[in-house]
Amino acid sequence: MEGDIAQMGQFIGAGLAAIGSGLAALGVGNVAANFLAGALRNPSAAAAQTATLFIGIAFAEALGIFSFLVALLLMFAV
Amino acid sequence: MAAEGGNGISIKPMEQFKVTPLFGDGDVGMFTITNVTFWLFLAVVAVTLLMVLTTRGRTVVPDRGQSVAELAYGFVYKMVEDVAGKEGVRYFPYIMTLFMFIVCANFLGLIPMSFTTTSHIAVTAVLALAVFISVTVIGFVKNGTAFLGLFWVSSAPLVLRPILAIIELISYFVRPVSHSVRLAGAILAGHAVIKVFAGFAVFGAIAPLAILGMVGIYALEVVVAAVQAYVFTILTCVYLKDALHPSH
Repeated sequence: MEGDIAQMGQFIGAGLAAIGSGLAALGVGNVAANFLAGALRNPSAAAAQTATLFIGIAFAEALGIFSFLVALLLMFAV
Repeated sequence: MAAEGGNGISIKPMEQFKVTPLFGDGDVGMFTITNVTFWLFLAVVAVTLLMVLTTRGRTVVPDRGQSVAELAYGFVYKMVEDVAGKEGVRYFPYIMTLFMFIVCANFLGLIPMSFTTTSHIAVTAVLALAVFISVTVIGFVKNGTAFLGLFWVSSAPLVLRPILAIIELISYFVRPVSHSVRLAGAILAGHAVIKVFAGFAVFGAIAPLAILGMVGIYALEVVVAAVQAYVFTILTCVYLKDALHPSH
């Protein structure tokens, strides 16, 4: 085994941060699923809410991208 | 990018984002003309070609280029009107510029061997900070100190209001961070994934699978390029709406 313990910590930390990306995927899926459920109940109101859908997806996704950023920082910047 | 080493492979998915001088090879300083400068310039050229040259004829029955330009114009105009309201239409030129620039930069980055400018937080941070500062200034100019009502949630119980004010304040100042990191992160992640798949394509056995995966991810990236530009623009509209109507 080579490498020092700090590098090992970096890799483990980056892997742990990747969990956050997966959880953000759950969040985005939740937004889209609920939008579809609502849209199928009342299709005539769905078109007007597409903007809200994308805003919701963007907010849910942002936090996942933060954790991805943490992983990147650990891998390349620390 | 990927080469089979002695023991194991070395995939370098982040090498495509390296900033290098365009002419010669020296250090990258403040005013060095780099590949970023070049591709940013190409994005501006693409916007100009699409929006100025194609609409020069101003024909009643639009040709191909003109109808694309008109579609983009109508799409962004409707977005601004729907989200920011009638008063927001005054700021439509800026939002249209943002949208066209980001969309063109994203799509130029999808050309193989090209450089993706929007994958750099330095580029998107400037865009997001420009939005953040101008929206804050617009809020104070339009509403005066009433703009601070954005942080004072008048519908909440009085005890909770100071706590909510702190939370609102934090979320307000996180805006430029999330605004810029979202665009850069989504583009960066997608392009890195394509390169990782490309690295797997050197193995004979799983090469067809890897290439198929690359095609799939590329198709996803085409959607992401458009959606991220849309999201950046619509969030600008949301922030603008908050500045024009700060009450909760």
